[in-house]
Amino acid sequence: MSLLFSSHPLLKIFGRFKNKGQKQNGDLSLFCAQVSPGFDLQGVCILEFITYLIRGISLGSVYAIIALGYTMVYGIAKMLNFAHGDIIMIGGYVAFTVMTTLALPSYLAVIAAILFCTLLGVAIERIAYKPLRGATPLAVLITAIGMSYFLQNIALLIFGSDPKMFTSVVPLESVRFYYDGSGLLGVKAFWTGAADPVLPDKLQNADVLTISGVMIVTILVSVAIMIALMVFIKKSKTGRAMLAVSEDKGAAQLMGVNVNKTIAITFAIGSALAAVAGVLLCSAYPTLTPYTGSMPGIKAFVAAVFGGIGSIPGAMVGGILLGIIEIFSTAYISSQLADAIVFSVLIIVLLVKPTGILGKKISEKV
Amino acid sequence: MAMLEIKHLGISFGGLRAVDDVNITIEPGALYGLIGPNGAGKTTVFNMLTGVYKPTDGQIILDGEDITGQSTVRINRAGIARTFQNIRLFGDLSVLDNVKVGLHNRYPYSTLSAVLRLPSYFRQERKMDYRAMELLEMFGLDKLYKVKASNLPYGQQRKLEIARALATKPKLLLLDEPAAGMNPNETQELMDTIRLVQDKFGMTILLIEHDMHLVSGICEQITVLNFGRELDSGETAKVLNNPEVIKAYLGD
Repeated sequence: MSLLFSSHPLLKIFGRFKNKGQKQNGDLSLFCAQVSPGFDLQGVCILEFITYLIRGISLGSVYAIIALGYTMVYGIAKMLNFAHGDIIMIGGYVAFTVMTTLALPSYLAVIAAILFCTLLGVAIERIAYKPLRGATPLAVLITAIGMSYFLQNIALLIFGSDPKMFTSVVPLESVRFYYDGSGLLGVKAFWTGAADPVLPDKLQNADVLTISGVMIVTILVSVAIMIALMVFIKKSKTGRAMLAVSEDKGAAQLMGVNVNKTIAITFAIGSALAAVAGVLLCSAYPTLTPYTGSMPGIKAFVAAVFGGIGSIPGAMVGGILLGIIEIFSTAYISSQLADAIVFSVLIIVLLVKPTGILGKKISEKV
Repeated sequence: MAMLEIKHLGISFGGLRAVDDVNITIEPGALYGLIGPNGAGKTTVFNMLTGVYKPTDGQIILDGEDITGQSTVRINRAGIARTFQNIRLFGDLSVLDNVKVGLHNRYPYSTLSAVLRLPSYFRQERKMDYRAMELLEMFGLDKLYKVKASNLPYGQQRKLEIARALATKPKLLLLDEPAAGMNPNETQELMDTIRLVQDKFGMTILLIEHDMHLVSGICEQITVLNFGRELDSGETAKVLNNPEVIKAYLGD
């Protein structure tokens, strides 16, 4: 039986399963398709569920980091920066170049990607969007779409269309949880390039749940980013200026807030986040092409709308929910329908709550 | 030297001459009124003074410095702050944060020091909190510092707007219809507040108002605008008795 389950392509990613667990949870067996009588599959079902959940949260965390950039730029500059997704891809290529072509360590690659994307974001804002401040939103939107194609084609020109294999920047290969019927026996970390830790006897024959290091790092990084961002916005002068500009650009300006500078800082932060997302995304899904950023970009945009565009916790919640929905749809319903389901959920949420999950109700005074 | 000198100020929007040849001189510490029927161009004058509109003609001199046509941020730094006809507070921010936005330029620290949480960041933030609370106390809003600005009652929102404008440390305060939508009690309280600002800060104040009770009660001098032009100006009581002015307000 364990053979049957571990041959499932999705499960291969998470690790090996041995069917010994005796967990009790009747409800979750709903997710188990076609359990034949006589097999103890509940343990496997729960494991499966947990690994999917973690994978969903991890993918959702990447969406959330990207969505934070969308939502901040929208909240403050009142524009949809459709080139945001492609900054992710540029971040990936910068990290790839530093690691592969220049053969420098991965932390330098991350720093280089962040710096490059920050400057790129500010430059794009200055060159393409700033002259259009005060133009119709449609003109700005079309410019952003143009910028998106521009970045894709620049990448195509420089790096070509063949996929690049990205090596993970996270040196932690995986964390394995050993358990048996009586509970958790031990946790071991496996590092890339290092010798595998010696397992004590009691772990040799235990069941194991493997979570990849990239996923863990992704989740932790996204939580840290969100907390840092919220503290920064709530507690600093620049953050207050951002909130003021987002509410009333004119009034903020008359109170001495430099609106252009505030918007530039917003783009810098958003693009730095996109670089982080790009590096994490490419570490988890290692093929890098000039179009790598476009689908995650669109999904993160959906996540931002889903959570309530303009709201930072909303982007986080929307991103993570979207990731979980996507992975669960892929795993339990159909991998072909996953995207359709994701977008259907968006439509339903917007029908019920047009401002998104955590969005503000906008009531126009008559 | 005068605090504010407006010389031959004028602006055209396409073919429409909205304001034409307006001259106002305000001495330091004075309380000056700008009145006129609706559409006379009063708010347009305010918008030119604060840099929202660039004047087509004329000059604006603040405390000896020519600020004509400069950006709103530069003018604010030069020392003009304003409130709005329709209150424009940052409704989602707390009362305290609204004032702190006003303090933005007065307590400099870099974004980087905020990100890295350096001592200069904490020092400046503490100073800002202190100064903001001081201002709020003056307006009796100190106990409400945590409240979201949009949840304040109307009269207190007006006061908060004045406090926020004062936070930018202006030389000249512009009040755009501060008594609009207020009942007589609130208006009375507002008049006291404005006098307090004038006395305590030695502030020069220029205000637009329709409430004649308020205008005759606190303004020392006024200018009347009609169709973008000066109809009369001088001592409040004298100007308000000018038959031309009464005609402009009440019609023939």
